[in-house]
Formats: sequence, C-alpha cells, structure tokens
Amino acid sequence: MKTTSLMSLARRRGLIATAFALSAALMPAWAAEEAPDALIKRITNDTLDLIKADKSLRSGDLSKIIQLVDAKLMPHVNFRRMTALATGPAWRKATPEQQKRLQDEFKILLVRTYSGALSQVSDQVVVVKPLRAGQEDKNLVVNTEVRGKGDPIQLDYRLEKTPGEGAGWMIFDLNVLGVWLIENYRTQFTKEINAGGIDALIASLALRNKANAKPA
Amino acid sequence: MNPLTRRLGKMLVLSVLLLLQACASVQHADVRDPWEAMNRSVYGFNDALDKVAIKPAAKAYNAALPSPVRTGIHNFLGNLGDVWTLTNTALQLKGQATAETFMRISVNTFFGLGGVLDVASEMGLEKRKEDFGQTLGYWGVKPGPYVVLPILGPSTLRDALATPLNIQGDATQQFHDKATRQALSVTRVVDVRSTLLESLDVILSAALDPYTFVRDAYLQKRENDVHDGNPPSRFDYSDADAP
Repeated sequence: MKTTSLMSLARRRGLIATAFALSAALMPAWAAEEAPDALIKRITNDTLDLIKADKSLRSGDLSKIIQLVDAKLMPHVNFRRMTALATGPAWRKATPEQQKRLQDEFKILLVRTYSGALSQVSDQVVVVKPLRAGQEDKNLVVNTEVRGKGDPIQLDYRLEKTPGEGAGWMIFDLNVLGVWLIENYRTQFTKEINAGGIDALIASLALRNKANAKPA
Repeated sequence: MNPLTRRLGKMLVLSVLLLLQACASVQHADVRDPWEAMNRSVYGFNDALDKVAIKPAAKAYNAALPSPVRTGIHNFLGNLGDVWTLTNTALQLKGQATAETFMRISVNTFFGLGGVLDVASEMGLEKRKEDFGQTLGYWGVKPGPYVVLPILGPSTLRDALATPLNIQGDATQQFHDKATRQALSVTRVVDVRSTLLESLDVILSAALDPYTFVRDAYLQKRENDVHDGNPPSRFDYSDADAP
C-alpha cells in the first residue's frame, strides 16, 4: 500500500490538483499522449461531475445512464475484449451474432447493476494513486480510491496501450473492492456454457436482466 | 480466552470437522471448493438467517438512527478495530503501516472523542484493515479450501482457524462487563450489515449464481488484501478474441 507522510501528502495533493487543472485545459492538444492515470482521473471526474449535476441520473433513469455510459465511458473500454475474456475459449466458437447478443446482454447487466451504485453518488471524490513502477503497456493497472461517506472503496482499472485508438489507452478490466470483474464472471459463464452452450449463457443473462428490470 | 470466544472456537472446530467428513461425498467441481455441497447448504442457512433476522435488524437500525449517529457508531467500532489491525501490521513487520495505524488510534481516541469522529482519515492517515488470516497469508500460509461458516459467512480453512484469534483480539472483547461485550458484538454485526444494505443487493443482482459469485469474490478479495491491493495476477489475459 502506498503511503506518504502527512505534510507531503497534503502538499502533493495541492500539486496534483494544479497539474490536473492545467492538463485539463491543455487536453485537446496532447490527448493522444495522455498518461493512463491522467486519463482515468479525467473520465471518472467528468462522469462524477455529470452525475452530481443531473438529478435524473441519480434517480436511476436507466436510459439516461446508458446514454452517459455510452458517451463517457464506452469510448475508453474495449468491451468486446472484456466479454471475450469473461467467456473464455468458447468465445471463438461463437457466431458473430451470438457474440453480439452476448455483449449486449452482458453490458445491460453491468450497467444496470452499477447504475444502482451511481444513484448513491453525493460528495464522493476519486483519488488516483501513483502508478506502480515496472508495469507493461500491454497490461497496466491504475489504482484509485473513491472517498466519501463511510469507508473508502478500492476501484482499479486494467488498461492496454492502444496508439491511435480511443485516448491512447483502452480499459479491459475493472476491480471493485479487490475483485476483478472478468475473473469473477469467468467461472459463472463457464458453468452456463458447460451446461447448455453459448445460447444457454445468453438466455440466462437475458433472464437475469429481465428479473433486474422489474423492481426498478 | 473469554467464554464467547471459546464457544465460537469449539463451533468452528466442529464445523471444520463436519466439512472434512462431508468432503468424501462431494464431486470436485472447483479445486478451491472441495466441500461445495456442504458449503452451499450453510450458505443457504446464512441467507435465510439474513432474510429473517440480520437484514431486518439492519433496516430497523437505519430507520431508527440518523445517519450522523450511525457514522459515529461506525467510527467508534472502527477505532476499536484499528487496534487489532495495529497488532497485525506489526506482526507483518510493516513499519509505516504500523506507525500510521498507531497515529490513527491516538488521534481518533484523543481528538475524535474516543473514536466517534474519524479525524485521522481527514488528516490523510489511511484506514487499513489487517486481520490474523492476512498475517498468516503474508507469511506464506495458503488459504486452503473455501469454507462457509455458519453465521460468519465466507471463509477459508486458514481464515476460519484465524477467526477465534480475531475475535479474541478485537478490542470490543476486552471489556470486563459481559453485557457490554455482547452489546458491542451485536452492534458490530448490525453496523456492518447496515453499511451493506444497498451494495449487497446490487452485487447479488449482478450474479448469475450468487453462491459462485460470492465465493469467487471472497477468494479474490482475500488474495487482494493479503497483497495490500496489488496481488500477482494469475488470470490469463491473453487474447481470447484472436481468430
């Protein structure tokens, strides 16, 4: 765990804030060379600000939240790769149509689940931790912490350098409270696939989505 | 050892023995979970208990007390919990974490009205959670098979064996008055559950199979915590999409 003494922490926070304010102003000019931690800081803060400003987002309006996710987050997420990794070897044997339906249902499941969390957003701030040294561009983790009321929430992103695509980095896995999403879905997906093939998995995702839609 | 600890310890040993017995009759679906059949039934029991008792109690607690009071109680129990974290950061020879946790406890106890206010977090002194299971993990003890404990929930053989010590080391159990100890234990359970009211529903609505989801999440989270947030990645991220 990264730790710093009190004084230097306070000072560094001030510096970081200034640096980010500057970089936000200059962003369009060198967006392509944006560092991965700066990118995460920018998109999480943009999203948080939008949610804080818009009541209908916080009240759980799903179509608006999906719009927000599509506009702000999806350009930085390789969702096809996420779905493929969660599915495992069976992904390659699936038809393009099955792959598309699987991606769509998986996306609805994740977005709907986390839109519940978005409705809790009030005074949270995201603290991006310093990048750990010695990481590869192909598989790089940015550690962040959401601080607000209650205990801090660990939220990490796994990115890959993608020159010329998106902002130069694409997210392909997400860690909430110490649990990586793809690894956690792989076992459940595999179970469904073993029982009834890729169509059974799509069907059970769709069923889950239907059940989740009811109380909302 | 106080009677509660001893009783819990006995219960744990008993459940572990029961599990070992059960393992002969279960087909091995996941290597980390050889006692899946037994675990699933304990999971079902816990789930039912949560539905009829713990969750309603947490809801009532949320309804009865205003948010600042609940935060105060949460901080107070958290400050007591930091004492066991301190012991365990020291056992893991983490110098800075130990010093900062010691500072946290001092600051919160003396300037935070006995821990009711979390002044230390505002000052940037990070809150950590370390228990004896993590200490064992730090020194190389493998988690062993997954175990679902009655009432206490997801665990592993390693963490289950560390649980009696965790309970004994908890500062809420150092009070001489038995009624105080029990009241604090109950409050802690309700406090933890009340902070999970929304997130647990969210998590379970994201699961295809809640049992598997909770198990995999618990095992990952413990690995994460033993490595202070950066466990070595064992998952194969090589391209599943290559033609």
